Amino acid sequence: MVGHLLEVKDLEVKFALRFGDLTAIDGISFILDKKEKLGLVGESGAGKSVTGFSIINLISKPGYISGGSVTLDGVKLNDLTDSEMREIRGNKISMIFQDPMMTLNPVLTIATQMTETVHAHRNVSKNDAMDIALDKLKKVYIPSPEKRLFQYPHECSGGMRQRIVVAIALLTNPALIIADEPTTALDVTIQAGITDLLSELCETDDMGLILITHDLAVVSQVTEKIAVMYAGKIIETGLTEDIIKNPRHPYTQGLIGSIPGTQEMGKRLTQIKGMMPTLTDIPKGCAFHPRCDIGEQICRETTPLLESVDGEKRLIACHIAGV
Amino acid sequence: MEKNNGLLTIKNLTKHFDISGGLLDQLSFSNGKISRKRTVVKAVNDVSFSIQPGETLSVVGESGCGKSTLARTVLGLYPPNSGEIYYRGDRIDTLSSKEMLPYRAKMQMIFQDPYASLNPRMTVARTLEEPVVFHNKSISNDEVQKKVEDVMEQVGVDPKWVDRYPHEFSGGQRQRISIARALMVDPEFVVADEPVSALDVSIQAQILNLMMDAQEKRGLTYLFITHDLSVVKHISTRVAVMYLGTLCELATVRELFDSRRHPYTKALLSAIPILGERKPKHIKLKGEVPTPINLPPGCIFHGRCEYVNDRCKEEKPKIRVLDSGAQVACHAVEEGRI
Ligand SMILES: Nc1ncnc2c1ncn2[C@@H]1O[C@H](COP(=O)(O)OP(=O)(O)OP(=O)(O)O)[C@@H](O)[C@H]1O
Ligand SMILES: Nc1ncnc2c1ncn2[C@@H]1O[C@H](COP(=O)(O)OP(=O)(O)OP(=O)(O)O)[C@@H](O)[C@H]1O
Ligand code: SF4
Ligand SMILES: [Mg+2]
Ligand SMILES: [Mg+2]
Repeated sequence: MVGHLLEVKDLEVKFALRFGDLTAIDGISFILDKKEKLGLVGESGAGKSVTGFSIINLISKPGYISGGSVTLDGVKLNDLTDSEMREIRGNKISMIFQDPMMTLNPVLTIATQMTETVHAHRNVSKNDAMDIALDKLKKVYIPSPEKRLFQYPHECSGGMRQRIVVAIALLTNPALIIADEPTTALDVTIQAGITDLLSELCETDDMGLILITHDLAVVSQVTEKIAVMYAGKIIETGLTEDIIKNPRHPYTQGLIGSIPGTQEMGKRLTQIKGMMPTLTDIPKGCAFHPRCDIGEQICRETTPLLESVDGEKRLIACHIAGV
Repeated sequence: MEKNNGLLTIKNLTKHFDISGGLLDQLSFSNGKISRKRTVVKAVNDVSFSIQPGETLSVVGESGCGKSTLARTVLGLYPPNSGEIYYRGDRIDTLSSKEMLPYRAKMQMIFQDPYASLNPRMTVARTLEEPVVFHNKSISNDEVQKKVEDVMEQVGVDPKWVDRYPHEFSGGQRQRISIARALMVDPEFVVADEPVSALDVSIQAQILNLMMDAQEKRGLTYLFITHDLSVVKHISTRVAVMYLGTLCELATVRELFDSRRHPYTKALLSAIPILGERKPKHIKLKGEVPTPINLPPGCIFHGRCEYVNDRCKEEKPKIRVLDSGAQVACHAVEEGRI
């Protein structure tokens, strides 16, 4: 069997709190291949970031991975020691965050930060490290990269900083990039440049991309696949085009209907009543049932499983819409 | 520009911030001479427009282009450096705070971060009562209670929660409460500065619906500030596009989205991610936004514009009204090159 780039299976993350354990990620599974781009979407608190962090085993206390497995290129990451995991994080998976300053050190020049990263992972000369850094800056279309190398982060604009972060993520030629809201803090004209860049890089550099965002429009432009999360679970997943054109789960339908611009100007937007539950009060049965318009008795009692409709490609977790 | 038919009219409004710091910070020594240097952020420059009763005029533009500064200056929260503000034909920027009081009740503001704008130590009841009592000292207690209840119902917050504090509510509910506070004094004109930007889409839809309902029921006029162009497209009557403190284009929402003229507007709108559009054609802008401390000469956008000519580098384009009624400040449009 030819393996996938990434296989996440029944992943479960809990937070150990004083009054007991809270389940933040409740058994999610997905697959990603080389060059493939997956959008992980959902509203605030759905569990997108926790999912991203748990893939690279960077859940910090009180959080812990309580079940499931993550397999990268055939290697089961759960079984690795800390130092082996660090190796993977440095070499095979890179992560990009919303705030570029989570990655950049304000008191070091771009050159220093980049060459340090190169040296940490590869045994190369100073000059070679500098060449690699320059090469990656060119790759992310930084204008006059030779000059930028010797500047500090604060001398760059927000969009420029995020490009530099992408360049740093590329230094180790990773197989997978996890980008957590990489353009959320940026203006649209700059956002467009970064998303175009990420798409292009997946193609040219054979990488997989997990794009975490609350913005379905961004995801629909970049990714081939989408997984929609709600209260710690994936409730619908499939090909981006299919889901955007024809969402099946009532939550995905509501979410898409809520986006201004998809509906006639000036008319009331479709609205989903209520809001997503917090981890402490996730309802029994389907977590969405208090907000759902088509729910029935069974929804209040039994949790629906993520199951296939339309043959293989589309999975949804809904008792009613799934049949 | 028209002055009397608008609900609110601004003429050549300019707001600069002096960020030079203390005198010592301003002094520098070079060539044997001491000189004093001021640093001024030119946040809003020579902006004019008129808001018609009952319309939603949206102001859009990227971070730092002066949207919030404009909103606050319009409401008198910042004194303008120059220019004029008229409310129903009366000039209000020259009024004392006492003279301004009757206008204050008519003009309300909603902010992006309802947590920061609501007093954490005040219950919902007190938050809502305070502005009413302030503007109407003779109102009876019963009337106030009745009003609190009515308005809470209108914004979809259960009146039985009046004794709760802001932290006991979700972000969406807090925004409902700040809308309720604005509505308590029966305003005519509401300035909303990024009112839904911090909210999730499903909650954002609830709040936008609420604002549209309130507008319809009460005949409100909105000045809506946002960087989210999908929101703008949905709720606006007309849209003003700002770049670096300057008004580039102002047109009806339909005209702007269907046939924008200004090169910056074209680039901005081309960048909006649209649901399900796979191969977007973004217009890539060269360079970066200059700082509002050193504004470029000529057209503010010339360094990034693909239609730039020599005139653009020297002469500031004036706002011109096209046959369609759209207002555009661009030499290329005037010269028929766009
Ligand atoms: N350290 C922590 N302790 C307790 N709960 C946590 C912790 N970190 C995250 N959570 C909870 O886990 C859930 C998922 O959080 P996560 O950050 O993954 O959401 P998200 O989908 O990324 O949301 P956002 O769009 O706001 O970034 C939330 O309910 C959050 O409150
Ligand atoms: N009180 C102030 N003192 C000094 N400078 C200010 C002040 N308020 C705003 N500025 C500056 O004025 C310019 C315009 O800022 P403003 O907040 O109006 O922009 P904005 O369009 O609302 O941006 P955003 O979309 O980020 O909210 C910016 O350069 C800002 O740094
Ligand atoms: S299972 Fe029931 S409640 Fe849940 S989404 Fe489907 S219909 Fe709605
Ligand atoms: Mg997150
Ligand atoms: Mg602002």
